[in-house]
Amino acid sequence: MDFALVWFILLAVLWTGYLVLEGFDFGVGMLLPFAGRNNTERRVALNTIGPVWDGNEVWLLTAGGATFAAFPEWYATMFSGFYLPLLLILVALILRAVAIEYRGKINSEVWRRRWDMVIIGSAWVPSILWGVAFSNLVRGVNLDADHQYSGTFFDLLNPFALLGGVVTLLLFLSHGSIFLALKSDGIVRERAEKLARQFSLYAIVAAGAWAVWGQIAFANAAWTWAAVAVAAVALVITWVATGLKKFGLAFTANAIGIAAAVVFIFGSLYPDVMPAINDPANSLTVDNASSTDYTLKVMTWVAVIFTPIVLAYQSWSYWVFRKRLHVDHIPEHKELTFNKG
Amino acid sequence: MEALDLARWQFGITTVYHFVLVPLTIGLSTLVAIMQTMWFKTGNEKWLRLTKFYGKLLLINFALGVATGIVQEFQFGMNWSEYSRFVGDVFGAPLAMEALIAFFLESTFLGLWIFGWDRLPRAVHLATIWALAIGSTLSAYFIIAANSWMQHPVGAEYNPETGRAEMNDILAVLTNNTALVAYPHVISTAFLVAGTFVTGIAVFWMVKNARLDKQDPEIAIYRTAARFGAWVMIIAGAGILYTGDEQAKLMFQQQPIKMAAAEALCDTEQPAAFSILSIGHLGATDCNDVKTIIKIPGFLSYLATGDWNAKVEGLNDLQPQYAERYGATDTSGETIHYQPNLLITYWSFRLMIGLAAFSAALALAVLWFTRRGRNTDQPWLQKLALISLPMPFAAASFGWIFTEMGRQPFVVAPNPSGSDQIFLLTRYGYSTAVSAGTVLTSMITFTVVYAVLGVFWYRLMHRYASEGASPVEEPVLRDDSDESQPLSFAY
Repeated sequence: MDFALVWFILLAVLWTGYLVLEGFDFGVGMLLPFAGRNNTERRVALNTIGPVWDGNEVWLLTAGGATFAAFPEWYATMFSGFYLPLLLILVALILRAVAIEYRGKINSEVWRRRWDMVIIGSAWVPSILWGVAFSNLVRGVNLDADHQYSGTFFDLLNPFALLGGVVTLLLFLSHGSIFLALKSDGIVRERAEKLARQFSLYAIVAAGAWAVWGQIAFANAAWTWAAVAVAAVALVITWVATGLKKFGLAFTANAIGIAAAVVFIFGSLYPDVMPAINDPANSLTVDNASSTDYTLKVMTWVAVIFTPIVLAYQSWSYWVFRKRLHVDHIPEHKELTFNKG
Repeated sequence: MEALDLARWQFGITTVYHFVLVPLTIGLSTLVAIMQTMWFKTGNEKWLRLTKFYGKLLLINFALGVATGIVQEFQFGMNWSEYSRFVGDVFGAPLAMEALIAFFLESTFLGLWIFGWDRLPRAVHLATIWALAIGSTLSAYFIIAANSWMQHPVGAEYNPETGRAEMNDILAVLTNNTALVAYPHVISTAFLVAGTFVTGIAVFWMVKNARLDKQDPEIAIYRTAARFGAWVMIIAGAGILYTGDEQAKLMFQQQPIKMAAAEALCDTEQPAAFSILSIGHLGATDCNDVKTIIKIPGFLSYLATGDWNAKVEGLNDLQPQYAERYGATDTSGETIHYQPNLLITYWSFRLMIGLAAFSAALALAVLWFTRRGRNTDQPWLQKLALISLPMPFAAASFGWIFTEMGRQPFVVAPNPSGSDQIFLLTRYGYSTAVSAGTVLTSMITFTVVYAVLGVFWYRLMHRYASEGASPVEEPVLRDDSDESQPLSFAY
């Protein structure tokens, strides 16, 4: 068995898990000021992801760790090459984790409003940058003969990548509003349903343009047209379903759309993991970037045993918190203030 | 400064910061789980109050610990890409396992615990805090296994074709004897930190209440917590001493030059004395003007081998041995100094031990003054508690600074009884494709962000600790048919 290929596929799975799950976390974060006009409404929105966002983020750490373990050369070149975008993503993720947890710790409107700004901003930044990063993989970058990234930061901000940033942004906005429509009730739900209707349409346009451009200009194979087609159909179904107010269907279809986009990204790369546009001989490939078969086999066993367990308890946590939230569910603020007495 | 130095500073700053928070998370999550278990078993309200009180402090700490942990996994690739290429085949596996096996568990059950008080039956809710505690304790294992491989590479061979270390035995990596002693040492430390934290705050409240009113029933709650934490400290302290001793003996075999530096032992001695205080030019590469003014004869020999008369090799003899085995000069022709920075290794080792002693003093004092139902209103005990509170955090940091700085100039130290090709000098590990200016930007960004968040962390910890374990409502399972019933907790 070609274990390097197995891990290439498993990484696609991990990234799909991450983008589908944290995609709606980011979406809800970005939409906080639009879905909730006052503190209680914003809390409805925030608490739909409250119990689950932290577990969702671990998909990223798993994808990162698995890239390190399975494709050390890819990990080294990509992380040192995409340095500044990753730095911004990391700062956003740090601030976001702290902001969500600290927001409600002090009963002060000013305190909450400031952390809200952090929650919102830290959702926008990675939503755009993930698209920029993945588009640069699809497009290819400058690599020298030692597989070092030899481009500049501004090379990463090419038109295709910027469009990719818009794609993830709109996909997450659409995904987040659909999630909110599913998980909230009352005024927040009404607003989320309207937002979902709009964003799911914009997402089709942006993602469609990006995928066709990517497929024609950069893809390594023709079969990825199939992934483009699946993504397109899924996103159209998403939009239609939001019109019919079938948000369960819309969520599933949008998740399939995101998954198909990941399949397109990975499929168009293969057999490269990081194509060099300056000289194809310098490309990092599934073969030359991977770990030894032994390491990959060990990691396969670990993944085969533990991924189902993780999926089981994560699904359970979604089931525990399955109820829709509305403003009556939000308890009054009883937290401490900094001024005693 | 060059990119290499900046990358080292960034790693040092972000890692020490992260590891100040992590031991408290690891230790306190288990202690809170025990408190909740006591409430579950006895139904005594005081345990519920303690669970909620320390649980809130745990969450404030947990958030920042998790947030700063993300950087750890990414900066290997960002700042240390050449290191990552060299070790990835071995080192990546424990990191990926940590995420998949431990971190998912920790993070998913964290959400269930925070939000689950009114949705899960008590036994199930209790299980969620245990899953969280097990997850955080387990995650440390994989990190220690990865770190131990940098101290003592096993289970791998060097492949000249790919120019990297390649794993051939995952079990050897996961059961590295370095990890098997480092892990209990780190976990014991986590419990010392958490025990000191629990006791420190509880003593503050016990004394404060007792000074206002000796009959105050509230005192009993804090007395319980103070004694609980004190016993944790005693057990953890014993564990630290035992595992620390084991670790030192192992390190004398595996990284003799680190231990010689820790002792500022310039010349080989038989028997070797343990230095309590040395003066002189500890920062120099030539250690001949170091003077040891207080020492315990033979004790170093005993620490290193268990034999009071054994020979312990000094830095002046180890340098040529290392030079012969691992090269006298680097690729640019510069002489490689295999001796780590003496000032840092010598003093961090002593501060690690010395600062941890505060916890021991606090634990013994608390157990004595609260013996057989006694309370105390001694203000000096309150002072000791507050002074002791940060000490084990600092001790743990100095322990890490010692073991990581003591490994220099290597990022992967060679295993004397393993492959002579598997080692990497730190100067060859950093990302050559990243400019110094970029690393500087990143270092400053993280430092500023961490500093600002640290201020909020401290203010919240302080505010919640100074509120005390106030009375709480018993959790009740929510009635889902009542649509207007508010949640027991929401962000």
